[in-house]
Amino acid sequence: MPGSKSIIPFGPQHPVFPEPLQLRLVLEDEKVVEALPAIGYVHRGIEKLAEKKEYTQNIFLVERICGICSFMHALAYCQGIEMLMDVTVPDRARYLRVIWSELHRLHSHLLWLGLLADSFGFESLFMQSWRSREAVMDIMEATAGGRVIISTCIIGGVRRDISEELMAEVLKTVDVLERDLEIIRPVVFDDYSVKQRLVGTGRITSEQAYDLGSVGPVARACGIARDFRETGYAAYKEIKVTPVTETGGDAYARARVRIREMYQSIDIVRQAVRDIPAGDIAVPARGNPEGEVISRVEQPRGEVIYYIKGDGTKNLERLRVRTPTFANMAPLLTMLPGCELANVPVIVLSIDPCISCTER
Amino acid sequence: MSLMNTVAVSPDSLLQEVAGKYRQRYRFVTMTCTDIGDGYDILYHFDKDYELCNLRLYLKKGEELPSISSIFFAALLVENEIKDLFSIPIRDLVIDYGGRFLLTEDAPVAPMGREGCSRAIDIRLQGAPEEEDK
Amino acid sequence: MVSLLKSVINNVLRKPETRCYPVERRAPFAGSRGHVEMDPSTCTFCGVCARKCPANALTVSKDPRSWTLEPYKCIVCGYCADICPKKSISMNPNHGLPGGI
Repeated sequence: MPGSKSIIPFGPQHPVFPEPLQLRLVLEDEKVVEALPAIGYVHRGIEKLAEKKEYTQNIFLVERICGICSFMHALAYCQGIEMLMDVTVPDRARYLRVIWSELHRLHSHLLWLGLLADSFGFESLFMQSWRSREAVMDIMEATAGGRVIISTCIIGGVRRDISEELMAEVLKTVDVLERDLEIIRPVVFDDYSVKQRLVGTGRITSEQAYDLGSVGPVARACGIARDFRETGYAAYKEIKVTPVTETGGDAYARARVRIREMYQSIDIVRQAVRDIPAGDIAVPARGNPEGEVISRVEQPRGEVIYYIKGDGTKNLERLRVRTPTFANMAPLLTMLPGCELANVPVIVLSIDPCISCTER
Repeated sequence: MSLMNTVAVSPDSLLQEVAGKYRQRYRFVTMTCTDIGDGYDILYHFDKDYELCNLRLYLKKGEELPSISSIFFAALLVENEIKDLFSIPIRDLVIDYGGRFLLTEDAPVAPMGREGCSRAIDIRLQGAPEEEDK
Repeated sequence: MVSLLKSVINNVLRKPETRCYPVERRAPFAGSRGHVEMDPSTCTFCGVCARKCPANALTVSKDPRSWTLEPYKCIVCGYCADICPKKSISMNPNHGLPGGI
């Protein structure tokens, strides 16, 4: 029957989704006319639990909001508490934070690239990028002791130093990554079949992206030059970051932004390793946080916002986390109507969704 | 330390203020709700060129909160979340999940409220008894 | 997908990237947080670790002297090793076997 509407529940378990998200798609033939997300499958009440734990223990809790950007969650949280307690982080610790942040960004983007390739059935690219990602995981374990949740950020600095030898290993790893990216980049940028699936898919205008409050690569792919690293937290004061922007506003532009950001991250890691000053890695923080503060950090998926309210006890009064995927959900709802059902996985993956982040 | 750029608003003047923010090309960031005993402390965060601007609203318990999702569409998700987690009635939502955005029918009521879920968490935390008193 | 053809052919001809795991194991990195170890000879059973553990995985009692780690609760963050006043707790870089440490 042409023109009749049907509703398809897309997910929560779907081969392309690494995490449970349900989209209720209203279809007219093969065309999506309306999309409504239904979430709540991985809501863990972390914000409530954070009020019950001591503020020092919360670092390990917020890291578990999302594995892939765990270090940046801890960083945003620690920076917030440091602002409240007026702690100045030693220079070396600021640089170490940048190195681990950028390693996280690298492995996150490689993970995303694999998932995106998987969403349109390009398994070779998926394997290729996940193999390269292993190099980052290994260097992370060697420097921090954990592959994904590295737990190195603490209030007042970092828990571990990276020795000279390991710094050389870090440089070796990014060299290997750059070599691997040289294989991956032309595939994503120029391959006929990849472009067939990505160009024009899930396009939103710059105006829409701005109004809907999109963040991270989704906003930058629409030409909005927004990257919170520009404001100079941690060692981004010394290491200047220019936002990577594209103007297409579609899945292809978002892919380009992320690939180019990987090159940028490699550069930042090199700069940080070159310029890192010697010195302490942490200062003791005494007392309890009091007052309220908002701390922001640029994660691989966009800007994360921590609202922290302390009342002078070791427990926080409120910890609120707005993760980048939460902000990119509204743009996603605008991208989906009008697309073909077969393109839904590609569009959803193009915003790099992290459902665990979204629901906390 | 307190929040910078924070303006207090009342539920009546909220929509007007938010519309003003929209005209000034602010982006909607998010909302924060805190249960402060007799009411809720609700913050609306807006951003423009990396500068945050907050609207602070005090809502008495039992009162209804007007939705800003007709001005900032992106607000509907966080408003639905607050409706679920604090059981605050919100009127004029563009898409109303009816309290089933994050929670299911058998979920606790207002888990993020002062009392909500506290007992459940306390019981779990007491799983490790403090031996120092012995 | 032609542009990846060269690497695909390379991959076919190269030896696998993966290890034949239980037979061939990679030595753990020196600083890896594999699992928690406690040295009972120096422990004073003060219970600081149990109070600070973010996951409430530790139970310590002075009388009778006991120190228990619940492996299923432990998140292997290493915070106990950091704060132990006697440095009795350490992180062993070898990963524990599934189901127990």
